[in-house]
Amino acid sequence: MQPFNYQKARQAENAVALVAPDAEASYLAGGTSLIDLMKLNVQTPRELVDINPLPLSKIEMQSNNLRIGAMARNSDVAYDAIIQKRYPVLSEALLSGASPQLRNMATVGGNLLQRTRCYYFRDTSMPCNKRVPGSGCAAIEGYNRIHAILGGSDRCIATHPSDMAVAMVALDAVVQTRGPNGERSIPLVDFHLVPGETPERETVLQHGELIVAVDLPASPNAARSHYLKVRDRASYAFAMVSVAAALDIQNGIIRSARIALGGVGTKPWRAYDAEKALLNKPANQAAFQAAANTAVAGAKPQKYNGFKVELAKRTIVKALTTVGGMA
Amino acid sequence: MKFRLRRRRLGQLMLVSTVATTLSSFAEKTVAQTPIKRTTPMLKSSISETMKVTLQVNGTKHSLQIEPRVTLLDALREYIGLTGSKKGCDHAQCGACTVLVDGQRINSCLTFAIMHTDAAITTIEGLAQGDNLHPMQAAFVARDAFQCGYCTPGQICSAVSLVNEGHAKSDDDIRELMSGNICRCGAYPNIVAAVRDVLEGKKDAAV
Ligand SMILES: Cc1cc2nc3c(=O)[nH]c(=O)nc-3n(C[C@H](O)[C@H](O)[C@H](O)COP(=O)(O)OP(=O)(O)OC[C@H]3O[C@@H](n4cnc5c(N)ncnc54)[C@H](O)[C@@H]3O)c2cc1C
Ligand code: FES
Ligand code: FES
Repeated sequence: MQPFNYQKARQAENAVALVAPDAEASYLAGGTSLIDLMKLNVQTPRELVDINPLPLSKIEMQSNNLRIGAMARNSDVAYDAIIQKRYPVLSEALLSGASPQLRNMATVGGNLLQRTRCYYFRDTSMPCNKRVPGSGCAAIEGYNRIHAILGGSDRCIATHPSDMAVAMVALDAVVQTRGPNGERSIPLVDFHLVPGETPERETVLQHGELIVAVDLPASPNAARSHYLKVRDRASYAFAMVSVAAALDIQNGIIRSARIALGGVGTKPWRAYDAEKALLNKPANQAAFQAAANTAVAGAKPQKYNGFKVELAKRTIVKALTTVGGMA
Repeated sequence: MKFRLRRRRLGQLMLVSTVATTLSSFAEKTVAQTPIKRTTPMLKSSISETMKVTLQVNGTKHSLQIEPRVTLLDALREYIGLTGSKKGCDHAQCGACTVLVDGQRINSCLTFAIMHTDAAITTIEGLAQGDNLHPMQAAFVARDAFQCGYCTPGQICSAVSLVNEGHAKSDDDIRELMSGNICRCGAYPNIVAAVRDVLEGKKDAAV
């Protein structure tokens, strides 16, 4: 691991002031993504600003939304009583991710900014446009079983690995930031970027901009929601395909639907077309199947991940069936 | 009893020798550090300097002179000489390094020691009260929940935290909530049984 300077920040302003002017400085939250990649020399910050002392770990109701502090641990969010009751999809997504040990360290802000698990990105001896712009993409011609079928480009097909973000995208979450140029509210669905020509640019965040919280709007439908994750082993593995689904059903008719996908997209993937396909339809298998087909209509599978198209469809149908059956 | 005493004596000797080797390698390391010069004007001190880091481990304060990049696991094993916590993958994928920080289980391999100067750290060495094993340790012995034992310190720390967290109600829950601890010997059924014993309050059965 490259050596670095270390300091603790006590206040958000102070943290921003330390990181913003220094291109080689980085925030350190739970460290479970950053330190992992520092050990592999994939990330080599020269200055670490530890934001663990910042008073940003509260989960609290505000007038119109639930505010989750950026430093709230994944385990605390997952087991929070309000979240379990009103946003079960988020609790389930978090509990399906990583292990209890990791969830005790991982933070909300860090989870949104965790890097891809693409093995070519993690291996510095391989070309990767995300890690070294212009070096090429080893995954497109390589073993791409875990890679994206939605949102890829000829530069990059790495998936975004977060489970939490998929649930939050379905819940219309809004990211609150504080940066050298003031505060911003960014809808999570616009926060992550598809790779396009610049896969190294993964989010709209500017250098030094600090995530301070994520807001979940009050939503009457969110209680009827579910996260379904399909993976290579029963637990403690990243998603092959995952689905966050929420339905508002009145008298058997779908009045609103939220669907987001993980494991298949280059960013947490909101399936707007599939949601539209469900509107005002009876909540039955035919409608769910039609929505599933719509969700993967634009899929571009690679040599080894073609199975994800069918897997995604079936996972969507199963998730919607579960939500449809919820009281 | 005799056996126990001898074991403890051996443990002390091992500890002394680890500390001795640690100290000498530590001296080497500090001498060998050539601080890398950096040109960025932001720089306040040169990178790679060691810093004084005080850790509270199993109720004892340890003052270390270490670089910020020393993980908590390496600090415990290489500098403090507590080699109970094991290094398996070094990337939070196996759970062998699990320790408790303020009562919560974490992977000590993916966190820097310097991040935990204000915390109470508990390792496998800190669970027993003198000669009395912690109920979870006793349950592991009673249930034969280990084979080579490499994963065991992490499994036990993790299981202690699992019980405190209070979310496990069934064997399936135990399996799910112990899934961050991999056992290459496959002692899983007995590990589940040991954790279940403690959860159900059958601690005595275990001793
Ligand atoms: C073995 C393993 C298995 C895992 N399995 C899963 C899984 O199944 N599902 C899943 O979703 N995740 C999984 N994870 C990933 C884990 O959830 C993330 O590593 C974690 O959420 C990152 O949070 P952190 O606080 O540790 O981030 P850090 O590593 O501290 O930070 C990550 C990045 O975010 C930046 N950052 C952190 N906080 C802020 C902030 N407030 N403002 C601005 N920038 C910030 C840091 O500078 C850094 O660049 C796994 C990780 C491991 C190691
Ligand atoms: S050594 Fe830390 S989890 Fe494997
Ligand atoms: S007992 Fe050998 S690794 Fe678990």
